[in-house]
Amino acid sequence: MTVLALVRRGVQAVATMLVVLMLGLATLGPALAVNPDEVLSDPALEARARTLSAKLRCMVCQNQSIDDSNAELAKDLRLIVRERLARGDTDTAVIDYVVSRYGEFVLLKPRFEGKTLILWGTPVLLLVAGGAAMLLAGRNRRQTRVTPAPLSAEEEARLRSVLDD
Amino acid sequence: MIAELGHYALVLALATSLLQAALPSIGAFRRDAGLMASGTSATYATFILVALSFAALTHAHVTSDFSVENVWANSHSAIPLIYKFSGVWGNHEGSMLLWMLILTFFSALVAFFGGNLPDTLKAHVLSIQALIATAFALFVLLTSNPFARLVPAPGEGQDLNPVLQDIGLAIHPPLLYLGYVGFSVCFSFAVAALIEGRLDAAWARWVRPWTLAAWSFLTAGISMGSYWAYYELGWGGWWFWDPVENASFMPWLAGTALLHSALVMEKREALKIWTVLLALLTFSLSLLGTFLVRSGVLTSVHAFATDPRRGIFILVILILFIGGALTLFAVRAARLKAGGLFAPISREGALVFNNLILTTAAATVLTGTLYPLALEALTGDKISVGPPFFNMTFGLLMLPLLFAVPFGPLLAWKRGDVLAAGQRLFAAVAFGLLVGAGVAYAQGGGPVLALLGIALGAYMIGGAVTDLVLRSGLGKVPLATAWRRLSGLPRSSFGTALAHAGVGVTVIGIVAVTAFQSEHILAMTPGQSTEAGGYALRFDGVKAGNGPNYSEERGHFTVSRAGIVVADVWSARRLYTARRMPTTEAGILTFGASQLYVSLGDDQTNGGVVVRIWWKPLILCIWGGTVLMMLGGAISLSDRRLRIGAPARARKAVRGLPEAAE
Repeated sequence: MTVLALVRRGVQAVATMLVVLMLGLATLGPALAVNPDEVLSDPALEARARTLSAKLRCMVCQNQSIDDSNAELAKDLRLIVRERLARGDTDTAVIDYVVSRYGEFVLLKPRFEGKTLILWGTPVLLLVAGGAAMLLAGRNRRQTRVTPAPLSAEEEARLRSVLDD
Repeated sequence: MIAELGHYALVLALATSLLQAALPSIGAFRRDAGLMASGTSATYATFILVALSFAALTHAHVTSDFSVENVWANSHSAIPLIYKFSGVWGNHEGSMLLWMLILTFFSALVAFFGGNLPDTLKAHVLSIQALIATAFALFVLLTSNPFARLVPAPGEGQDLNPVLQDIGLAIHPPLLYLGYVGFSVCFSFAVAALIEGRLDAAWARWVRPWTLAAWSFLTAGISMGSYWAYYELGWGGWWFWDPVENASFMPWLAGTALLHSALVMEKREALKIWTVLLALLTFSLSLLGTFLVRSGVLTSVHAFATDPRRGIFILVILILFIGGALTLFAVRAARLKAGGLFAPISREGALVFNNLILTTAAATVLTGTLYPLALEALTGDKISVGPPFFNMTFGLLMLPLLFAVPFGPLLAWKRGDVLAAGQRLFAAVAFGLLVGAGVAYAQGGGPVLALLGIALGAYMIGGAVTDLVLRSGLGKVPLATAWRRLSGLPRSSFGTALAHAGVGVTVIGIVAVTAFQSEHILAMTPGQSTEAGGYALRFDGVKAGNGPNYSEERGHFTVSRAGIVVADVWSARRLYTARRMPTTEAGILTFGASQLYVSLGDDQTNGGVVVRIWWKPLILCIWGGTVLMMLGGAISLSDRRLRIGAPARARKAVRGLPEAAE
């Protein structure tokens, strides 16, 4: 693909985005995504294309993957994905290519890196910290119940005097 | 005139809710029975006034009074009566009024059924409910007045959003709000307990029915919304991890945790502080959901409000209530005495495990929903967090919980034996594996994970049955004895079993659809046939027609199996005249729990039409399971001990003595 074609496609994408935003129809229209003319003849390749499409965001829509969306831009992206796959790219290579053109915003599952540390860390951290806290709380309370503090020397003396009486 | 009366009634409701907020709590501090009792009357008054106000708005909508701006913007003279009616809450202002109606309705229920509560507790609960009502009355009156007039009055309305013109919309928001707002009662009870510094098993017993009711409604509301999206949006998806869906799902997760921890507290007086915190958090998440949806901060399918003034107002409400409650919690929680002890492996331990997973899941959904917003605000980086993230994290979190669910009811309180429970679940495990193998045979194989998923669902159903069988002693005692024992079991046992089995049914549905659905996208010309899910579909052609407020093109399909015609189905594209907005009306055929889903696409140049056909195996299990969960909740709610609250009354009488001496 030439640089010119890339630029033209970029301009098209922005134009589509503006039109869609202005009309405000991005999410409310019927979502009729993949069209028969897009489908690849090789079913294995098409299946990979569908899986990849579900992971890529339609950038002009609200919370839709390019697989679900009927926006022009989504269609462009679907075609790009298929084009790259047909050329023999691996799944990762296709994703990398799309990200290099459109930024990480297209990834519906963000990569694990510095800025997503808290996002990915939250479930793990909560699970570990919560689990540990609950176990510790349980153990501490049981220990205090099971082994009462030993008597002090003074108490021992008093106990002995009481018993001796 | 009627609209003005409605507006006036709302202003009066603000006044009575201020009274309701002030009088009973002053009464509680002064131990003045008269002042405390006045709270009950004020509560009824507020509810009646809000109901009048709501009735006035409904009247304006049903009579298509377009001089009221809200009616003009969201209704049309040509739409069917039912959508004129549901249009009342199909918009921002009306839905906030519905929110208030349900809030004051719950307050009135507390006032009515709260006869067995200690006077001061009831007084505090009512006044906190009133504080919430006051805040939202101010919000409606100052930023979202549904009664504003238009001069001159337009002759025709702008129509209700066509996507919302559906029976699903008539039911979905009220159910959802009954759940959302129902948790306000738990919140108020928790704050009241913190104010009073007294928290015991009786408190948990009073809170549980409200939790159960709110949870059942929220379950119904979420699943209704999911089914609505499934058939209305036209591409057969049933859960999108859309921020608005997440907003209702977070309180559901926290509410489910609350339901279980309140059980521990009621039975064993343990987990007190945690239960109070959960009660606060659950309603806080409801408020947060209201904020997310109503402020337009996340614009999505459901968000029809984009006025920032409203956003800031709700944010202030949010900060006041959540911040206030958590501060009170921080100050007072240490005063609450910790309760009963238990070993990690015990019924309590299992319920703690449930709470750990569910709250982590709620927090994960919360972070995922807010993270892109926060990151963009702080660093300017734009990222997306979508279904692949949620499916992965949520799925991984749920897996151990689902596996553990059948163990819970089989473990003894205080100290359980996980090995013994495992042995008793042998039949359930075998049943699960058998079902998994059966599916593998019927499908001619399949992804191993999917088969295991179905086995997991079947094992959960088996586990629920096992629990009832063990409790009745079936197989060990004579049949008549077992039957007598079974019918003598408390209803909450059946509720538990039903709800847990429901989770299993939903799991089976989700796994089956995800792994075994088939999709067929093709251009069809009239007379052409295709095959999906073992059925042959012949496309007969497209016919144009007109509805009351739309024009449509309906495609007709004849469905046959093995050469015999079994059904036919229409699938339509509609264009709503007033807004010039297209929608799809998918054609759906049900075969047992599975469905054929036919959606009509664009016209081709050669006279053909793009058709999308899905075979969705066992998809109805998804909602069948949630219906079982809801029924389980309802049956538990009808349990005698919650209905009558007899133990509570006895305690009150004893406690009454020293108070009288004061």
